[in-house]
Amino acid sequence: MSSSTTNTTTIGTIGAPSRRNTELAMLIFAVLIPVFAYINVGLAKDGSVPAGVLGYSLGLGLLAGVAHLVVRKWAPYADPLMLPIATLLNGLGLIFIWRLDQEPSLGKAMAPNQLMWSTLGVAFFLAILIFLKDHRVLQRYTYISMVVALVLLVAPVFFPGVNGAKIWITIPGLGSLQPGEFAKIIIAIFFAGYLMVKRDALALASRRFMGLYLPRGRDLGPILVIWALSLMILVFETDLGTSLLFFGLFVVMLYVATERTSWIVFGLLLSAGGAVAVATFESHVQTRVHNWLNPLELLNGGVTETAQAMYSFGSGGILGSGLGQGYSRLILGIAPKSDYILATVGEEVGLAGLMAILLLYGLLIERGIRTALAARDPFGKLLSIGLSGAFALQVFVVAGGVTGLIPLTGMTMPFLAQGGSSVIANWALVAILLRISDTARRPAPAPAPSTDAEMTQVVRP
Amino acid sequence: MNKPLRRVAIFCGLLVLALLVRVNWVQFVEGDQLKNDPHNRRVAIERYSTPRGNIIVDGKAITGSTTTDSGDFKYKRTYKNGKMWAPVTGYASQAFDANQLEKLNDGILSGTDDRLFFSRTVDMFTGGKQKGGNVVTTLDARAQKAAYDGLGKQKGAVAAINPETGAILALASTPSYDPSSFAGMSNKDAEAYSALQKKNDADEPMLNRALRQTYPPGSTFKVVTASAALENGLYHDVNSKTDSPLPYTLPDTSGLPLKNEGNIPCKDASLREALRWSCNTVFGKISADLGNKKMKAEAEKFGFNDPGINTPVRASESIYPTDNRPQNAMAGIGQASNRATPLQMAMVASAVANGGKLMKPYMVDQLVAPNLNVVQKHTPQEMSQPLSAENAQKVQSIMETVVKQGTGTSAQIPGVTVGGKTGTAQHGENNKDNPYAWFISYAKTDKGTPVAVAVVIEGSDTLRDDIAGGKLAAPIAKRVMQAVLEGEK
Repeated sequence: MSSSTTNTTTIGTIGAPSRRNTELAMLIFAVLIPVFAYINVGLAKDGSVPAGVLGYSLGLGLLAGVAHLVVRKWAPYADPLMLPIATLLNGLGLIFIWRLDQEPSLGKAMAPNQLMWSTLGVAFFLAILIFLKDHRVLQRYTYISMVVALVLLVAPVFFPGVNGAKIWITIPGLGSLQPGEFAKIIIAIFFAGYLMVKRDALALASRRFMGLYLPRGRDLGPILVIWALSLMILVFETDLGTSLLFFGLFVVMLYVATERTSWIVFGLLLSAGGAVAVATFESHVQTRVHNWLNPLELLNGGVTETAQAMYSFGSGGILGSGLGQGYSRLILGIAPKSDYILATVGEEVGLAGLMAILLLYGLLIERGIRTALAARDPFGKLLSIGLSGAFALQVFVVAGGVTGLIPLTGMTMPFLAQGGSSVIANWALVAILLRISDTARRPAPAPAPSTDAEMTQVVRP
Repeated sequence: MNKPLRRVAIFCGLLVLALLVRVNWVQFVEGDQLKNDPHNRRVAIERYSTPRGNIIVDGKAITGSTTTDSGDFKYKRTYKNGKMWAPVTGYASQAFDANQLEKLNDGILSGTDDRLFFSRTVDMFTGGKQKGGNVVTTLDARAQKAAYDGLGKQKGAVAAINPETGAILALASTPSYDPSSFAGMSNKDAEAYSALQKKNDADEPMLNRALRQTYPPGSTFKVVTASAALENGLYHDVNSKTDSPLPYTLPDTSGLPLKNEGNIPCKDASLREALRWSCNTVFGKISADLGNKKMKAEAEKFGFNDPGINTPVRASESIYPTDNRPQNAMAGIGQASNRATPLQMAMVASAVANGGKLMKPYMVDQLVAPNLNVVQKHTPQEMSQPLSAENAQKVQSIMETVVKQGTGTSAQIPGVTVGGKTGTAQHGENNKDNPYAWFISYAKTDKGTPVAVAVVIEGSDTLRDDIAGGKLAAPIAKRVMQAVLEGEK
């Protein structure tokens, strides 16, 4: 059993070290960095240490500590990096929201609510780790999740739009909910279950044509349905982000399930076709594309939000203006605390800080994909790649949109941005990934000793 | 399933890489450009985050700063006697940006100029607030006051120069505006600004008439024509008779006469007499005899047709036109397409007074860092030599006759040699609008030639003759010259 102590990869049929202590050490950093950032903002804004710093430190520390203990008990072999990264991003998000709360022009304070949602998110995370003993249980709910996902995706149509996008459902007395955030997890469960069953049919029953495997008409059906559905979201809810996420997720999972490049080609062709078709008659989309191509354009003699975001990034430069010392409040309008929070990050912690945060996202995504590689069952593989893929697409679409790489779409930066649905959904997403990675890295039951195996072993000098 | 998984992993890595490249592009490559974009409000916020440095006249600040509680901008500009100094300072407004000296020296005044790097760095380490430097002007407060008060309610402008250095001593323009009235960003400021715009106020109070408005120079241009005659050897002696008929017919026309104002002795008049009486016939003929090319060349030596006269505020281009013979003859007496700014005509007087040498006009003497170190100092520069020293003497002598016994007697100052030239420029089609009254002059003492001045008054409704320039403009020039001379003592 000597190999189990020297094996450092997460992939291993034999036991990997649990790495719980690594996680703990990382978590300490993940709590300390936001606490220091919090003090920094207070010093910059008022010249004094903010009054809430003790409560905040204890709160964040407690959340992280409990989460760690629960992971230690219920998912001891889980990936050691995901929890600290999520904690750090969520903690920094809280700081940035609190920092923007200090600007009276941006409306009422949002940080206390966000802290409450974060606590709920972590509670949800803990509940999943405790009650979901094995992710394969989710497989049973393939078709139920399909129905739930459809309901969640379609529901916002019946509620009034906010700022041009119908992505909200309003529950009187409770506030509003962004069902798309939850739909991305549930739909990944559905795809994983569905594709696991159908993958052979989709992969093998096809004709070869010009180097590509053309799927049969009846297998093409589901992809066309999904494509149509994502277009409908785009048209009726004018939600570019969700439809892109939804469709991208499906193509990625289909590709992984079938190992056929042809699906990607179809996916790209369909999404390009859909995008062009919608863009020709949907003014909302046209505006977004126009703003993307002319970021600094003046509108009625005034500076647009897109331009304000660009100015924020540019003014931040390499090292940033310092926490609390930027002017990203100039981005009035829709969402300085949610969609545009990256602009504040870019301005106040600069290129260096922004790159660090993007790398944290990158690391989280790659840990998710690594979980997919390590998972031993196809359902786990598909589910974890689906969740990581959705996360990656969301990060790309939001960060790319805010920085002007691609047209802006209405989505929130996971963990960082203000928004209850988002933070809860993303904690749930991380919980499921942790559960899968725990199963994947859990040492296999020790094989029965076999004398034959011993005899065939090569002994090197 | 691992092969596609690895590919998806690479794809996701590429997505993150694309984001990293993009933020580097926006924050590093385009960063400075976005940071300094004029529409980026941070530029203005920074400009008004600390008290601005001041514009200094005679060792005293004519500007100031006061704190406001209007949103982003902490400090607001104030002006002392703003209406009088507006043509010098320009304005700096939280809502409407800045112009003239305030804009041109914004880096020094707001403390962001690279040349203040050292003092900024010191501030950074000592924890001091960033401070702005000062702009020290060449202006003379007494001369400015004399000019501004002299113009009074009339519409017009005064420019006074020290002929020996080119230093601008006075720069007045009326009607004027108070830049304090819209220095902030409140609704009141916006109303004040809007009320000053041309569409709401036909008098254009925000027009800097001394530098930015061109007028037909009228008879004052005859000084240039006389200089051209001497420089080109058309005449050598200012006292000998010229070959000038009366009446004089414009060349290449079928008997179109060039008239004089009134019945004055212009037939074969010497240059001295012609300038004394302001004979259109004599100078029109000189211009025609020399031809457009030579006239234009001489005018250009005085600074005409130069679009780049920066004081450092840019003066509008004065024009001596390329034109046909009759028009050129008219241009020689300062009519037709001939256009000059008051500064330009002050330059003409100053070149004559300075022995023919034209010094480059300037109004910023020093830029001073907040710690009072001199960042930049102006050294007087010769711009050109439109006249030889000998011919300059001759022109001076006839200009002095104008003041002693001619149309400019009202500019006489006891005990001081004054040379001048009046002018009343026709204006409008068929001369229907009120003419412009001009006077250019210089004053000499035994110590030197400290001042040359040009005055123009728009829309005077007094008599349409050269007396107008003498009556209206000359007394103002006199007061300005006196103010400078008193300061000299």
